[in-house]
Amino acid sequence: MDFSLGPQAAEFRDQIRAFVAEHLTTEVVDRMHATGTFNDRDLNGALADAGLLAGAVPGYGDRDPIELYVLFNELEKAGAPYDGLAVTMLVAGVVNAVGTDFHREAVLDRLLTGRFNCCLGYSEPDHGSDLAAITTRAVREGDGWVINGQKMWTTMAHEADWVILLTRTNPDVPKHKGLTMFLVPMDTPGIEVQPVPTMATERTNATFYDEVRVGDEWRLGEVDGGWTVMGVALAFERGVMGGTNPAVPLLRHVRDWAATAPAPDGGRMLDDPVLRERMARTAIANQVSQLLTLRAAWIAATGGLPGLEGSMAKLYATEQYQQAVGWFQQMAGAEGLLGFHADGAAADGWIDYDARHAPVTTIYGGTTEINRNNVAERHLGLPRAR
Amino acid sequence: MDLDLTEDQEAIRDVFADFFTSETGPERARAAEPVGFDAAAWERLMETGAPGMGVDADLGGGGASLADLAVVAEEAGARIAPLPLVDHQVTARLLASVGGCDDDVLSGAAIAGLAVRPVEDGTARTVPTGAVTGRLVALDGDRLIAVDGPPGDPLANHGCLPLAHREVSEATVLAKGPEAIAAYDRALDEWRTLTASTLVGITRTALDLGVAYVKEREQFGRPVGSFQAVQHLLADLPGLLDGARLLTAKAAWAGDRASAGESGVLDVDANDVTDFGALATMALVVAGEAAATSTDRSLHVHGGYGFSEEYDIQLFFRRARALALLLGDPARECRRLADRMFTDPAAA
Repeated sequence: MDFSLGPQAAEFRDQIRAFVAEHLTTEVVDRMHATGTFNDRDLNGALADAGLLAGAVPGYGDRDPIELYVLFNELEKAGAPYDGLAVTMLVAGVVNAVGTDFHREAVLDRLLTGRFNCCLGYSEPDHGSDLAAITTRAVREGDGWVINGQKMWTTMAHEADWVILLTRTNPDVPKHKGLTMFLVPMDTPGIEVQPVPTMATERTNATFYDEVRVGDEWRLGEVDGGWTVMGVALAFERGVMGGTNPAVPLLRHVRDWAATAPAPDGGRMLDDPVLRERMARTAIANQVSQLLTLRAAWIAATGGLPGLEGSMAKLYATEQYQQAVGWFQQMAGAEGLLGFHADGAAADGWIDYDARHAPVTTIYGGTTEINRNNVAERHLGLPRAR
Repeated sequence: MDLDLTEDQEAIRDVFADFFTSETGPERARAAEPVGFDAAAWERLMETGAPGMGVDADLGGGGASLADLAVVAEEAGARIAPLPLVDHQVTARLLASVGGCDDDVLSGAAIAGLAVRPVEDGTARTVPTGAVTGRLVALDGDRLIAVDGPPGDPLANHGCLPLAHREVSEATVLAKGPEAIAAYDRALDEWRTLTASTLVGITRTALDLGVAYVKEREQFGRPVGSFQAVQHLLADLPGLLDGARLLTAKAAWAGDRASAGESGVLDVDANDVTDFGALATMALVVAGEAAATSTDRSLHVHGGYGFSEEYDIQLFFRRARALALLLGDPARECRRLADRMFTDPAAA
């Protein structure tokens, strides 16, 4: 085994780090938390202009594939607004894997400029973990389709140019077999976006589709083959596209805080043996999360679909993150409750932010329970439950 | 970047998997209790060259890397082989590094072992293989010493490991001062890495035992493995197992790089860690927890049978805990790691 980045990936990482140092200003981070939109088109466009984005599409081109992991891992560790970009590049990967020449020209080429965005139209108000049961309908009409329904948790819909939309095309077959995926331009008449604020400043959305008409060229994959496309999308999403190293910036913020924060019984927090032990445990978990993520990226990079390995990375990383957040907020005491820009806030409000953000990480992108089902059935070969 | 074993390592894995399956395993481990040593299996192991395989070829050894030894240790751990192989290999490498590895140690005719905690008042306490080791190496103050003598009296213990206290009064000094401490620290990090690998093997088999049992055992008219509450106890384990294995492999890789004179990085702020000392400690902490969790949950899903001597899982459960605690409280290891990682900005 060799755990070092190859020369090309190492150079790429250095370029990303230099890019982050130059472009990730306090204003960018403040704007992200003030608006709740974790997407910055200027930043994305600058990444593309610097030639750093093409390596971010899973399975695309001839770049060292580990660059995909490197890009998102560096952006996540730096605390940059990368969520929108990750979703966009995920869709780019799906389009590259299953799309037509039309999709590549109309969508993929533009996504690679960093100036266009996508959002994910999977969940519905009544169907989340049981995703194959969704009811948004797509009905054939002439050469095209008419779509009616509602999607939930369509984060970035208000910024997006396209939504990757899972629809029901055949209600008369088993639920997994009657689904079709579309790539729908967000400016199509009949689409409405309503904001859904969350407890962690991140904005998400509900989206409504009322007699939305799209041509058949916007279909992604086979008719009634939507579940196959979902499999590709989920394998790219879990573990590969960031989201598994949130405790790296958390630990950095805690360490900065502890170096000067007075301990209640004298001395500094950094000298507290319990805090030191927990910081070390967090650093250890960060290494393990990184390695599990790297393994998933490695499999994706070498032509596989790391569905199970992504599930394992997400299960481990999110639970470790939640544990670390709980430790640090508790040890910061009342100051750990104070938010951004509040006088005396521990770690400048980052502990409060992470404690708000952490609960969603074991929910979105496949809940912990769904991932455990996945591992239990497909990896351990246990009989199907439920 | 390459996350696959080399072809040579796959061959090593297959050879030792076969060896430990035929020459060791739960029945042999049970028969070797309470001392935890199978002399016949050690004789057979000597024929494979395993005792000296980690020593440089130009010193008469097999020239295997730490990464190679980690592959062997996982296979031994997976079958709870009652053999002092990791301790012997690490000690042989340590002796070789200070010019003192003779043919008896290379062949395994003399079993070598390491006192993983410093000597206090002339005694090395609770030496991991003290009850079978003839040539004991220890750190006494700033002196690295070797003691030849009969193995110590076995101590009854949780994991049925060959633990013993050893008097070290009549010792040969191998090295003194910073050189001695550096050689000993290096050996301890190798011990941490290979013990972590042993624990990875234990984690793996404990999971396999639990999965096999819940597929077979029926209650309420169906396999207990079809109940989600049972499934979810087991579904966390593959990630722990693979995470521990990857981290241990990374530690071994870092150890081999350090041997080649390449210095590592310890940048916690960027989660960029290639420092051998840090990774070895991390690997032992993570593998110890993975083995504890895997054996705990696997034993639990066995129901009452898991608690009975008849079933194998209890053998793995006890060894998982014992191996993870030989160096002391893992929380203390974490604080030692913190001292290495979080240098004081005021003092810097």
